[in-house]
Amino acid sequence: MTVATHPSMSDVPALDVRGLSVEFPTRKGVLTALSEVSLTIQRGEIVGVVGESGAGKSMTGMSVLGLLEPPGRISAGEIRIGGKRTDNLGESEMAHIRGRMVGAIFQDPLTSLNPLFSIGQQLIETIRLHSDRNRAEAKAHAIDLLKQVGIPGADERIDHYPHQFSGGMRQRVVIALALAGNPQLIIADEPTTALDVSIQAQITALLRELCREHGTGVMLVTHDMGVIAETADRVAVMYAGRVIEVGPVDEVLSRPKHPYTRGLMGSIPALGARVERLAQIDGAMPRLNAIPSGCAFNPRCLDAGPRCRQVRPAMVAEGKGAAEGGVACLVYDGGVQ
Amino acid sequence: MLAFLVKRVGNAILVMLTVAFFAFLIFRFLGDPVELMVNESATQVERDELRARLGLNDSFLAQYVRFVGHAAQGEFGLSWRNQQSVATLIAERFPATFELVIIATLLSLLIGIPLGVFTAIGRGRWWAESLQLSSIVGVSLPSFFVGIILILVFSVSLGWLPGYGRGEVVKLGWWSTGLLTASGRAALVLPALSLSLFQITLVMRLVRAEMLETLRADFIKFARARGVKHRALWFRHALKNCLMPVITLTAMQVGNLIAFALVTETVFQWPGMGMLFMQAVTFVDIPVMAAYLCIVSFIFVTLNTLVDIAYAVIDPRLRAA
Repeated sequence: MTVATHPSMSDVPALDVRGLSVEFPTRKGVLTALSEVSLTIQRGEIVGVVGESGAGKSMTGMSVLGLLEPPGRISAGEIRIGGKRTDNLGESEMAHIRGRMVGAIFQDPLTSLNPLFSIGQQLIETIRLHSDRNRAEAKAHAIDLLKQVGIPGADERIDHYPHQFSGGMRQRVVIALALAGNPQLIIADEPTTALDVSIQAQITALLRELCREHGTGVMLVTHDMGVIAETADRVAVMYAGRVIEVGPVDEVLSRPKHPYTRGLMGSIPALGARVERLAQIDGAMPRLNAIPSGCAFNPRCLDAGPRCRQVRPAMVAEGKGAAEGGVACLVYDGGVQ
Repeated sequence: MLAFLVKRVGNAILVMLTVAFFAFLIFRFLGDPVELMVNESATQVERDELRARLGLNDSFLAQYVRFVGHAAQGEFGLSWRNQQSVATLIAERFPATFELVIIATLLSLLIGIPLGVFTAIGRGRWWAESLQLSSIVGVSLPSFFVGIILILVFSVSLGWLPGYGRGEVVKLGWWSTGLLTASGRAALVLPALSLSLFQITLVMRLVRAEMLETLRADFIKFARARGVKHRALWFRHALKNCLMPVITLTAMQVGNLIAFALVTETVFQWPGMGMLFMQAVTFVDIPVMAAYLCIVSFIFVTLNTLVDIAYAVIDPRLRAA
């Protein structure tokens, strides 16, 4: 571990999200998609964000990028990237931030690249957007980036088009593009989901290595606990638009506190241990328009008591504050009775 | 790329030979050319002599080869109506139609594409929606009606632009152009507008639909995420992905425009090929019709070959084919 990965050693976090709420006005009323989400990511730190589909993982990432699909809007809270507040910026100011302060990697490398431009054209375009290099310097830098992400024969490959690359190679190109503006934060939204299992490990290893090297913070959005375990430093678990547990990866994986996190861990098959049936969490995550009162998880929770149906649990901080580590469960906050 | 070119051009030649075959069939077998050419008092000897002179006693294949050979040199024989060379007749009329169609096509692209982009990115705003709505009117108005209205407003009432004829033309070899004189250009405006109005709205609606589709693509979102600004996003990344259908449509429409030009040429008394063809049909002037068929298909085939090549230039994925 390098110095930059130690939260206490770096000054300004790459990402600081406080009390972020996102809502969607619809004909039937306002849906709250994210509710008081808080999360910090230090430079060089990889924070995994996990949860079921619709828990708000990607929504959090898109909010940070300023790419919420209308009519979605940030209704409360603050987002700071490298100390600069970005949630209140207009579209043109945000375009200036994207790529330069925050990069992105999306799920499907097959569709992330424009098929009609060579990868060199796309890299050079991005590099020149974010620095005053001339065309030749930008091209040299592009080749350098391709080498960094492990594309063999980068000098030649730079003139190739996306369809001439395999899926894993394309995701490497996407990573190079995300790094092209030298951002201090990267939002990686399911970066390995569309790849073969054998390629997944290479890509996550590459991502980790490059982020350590460049001191880039990463928000790794995924539903794959394996990827989190291999890659992330800390993990945030989301449920129904809220962060319900945050902590160091080892801690959360081996000693999950929140009943939901425990359920998630129990549903991962372990090598070597034969079980009759994998544990599962009964029921489904509530829809946005039918989130139960109190704790959103209470109808599915094995530990729930009467208080869970009335009081919405707040994040109970552990260590350095709610955004660093903690759990939002009444079991740890006055009991369920 | 070279193999690709050879293949495309080879295809084009094959299509042209087939078209020439059909043109030859009507030329040779629709009635007896000799009967149509000689006057009624000609003797059998004179008729046989003409038949021999026209080469009509040769084998079918020899006649076809000769027809193709002549056609390739632009030689389609004499018009049965007025004994003038068909090549000369067409050379007189073709430039007028060609200039009209090309200007109308350019207008439809130069106006239609930006309008399509703006109506796509302004979707939901009042100005984009009203443009989109009014384009339905443009699509549904027949071009002769548009022509008449244009003449009424700009020529009769306002007196700004001429409503008929081609104005002064300049001879460049056999080609007569109206583009080099002020009166020629002025005369071109109204017919070109009336011919292109339908195309403008068609191109606009096509570009709009394609843009809306492309703007939803992941690579557009990813381009935004790497900081690409709006203008480059729309006109560089998105528009290029919309161009294929526009090119296809344009090439097909140039052929249609030549056909539509018939109506417009009548309304504006434009001395183009449309009038020539109308007369040829009326008088069963087979050589002119055969020549017209060959020329129109030549334009179609050339354009479609160019479109295939343009595809490969635009989309790298098609270059291997």
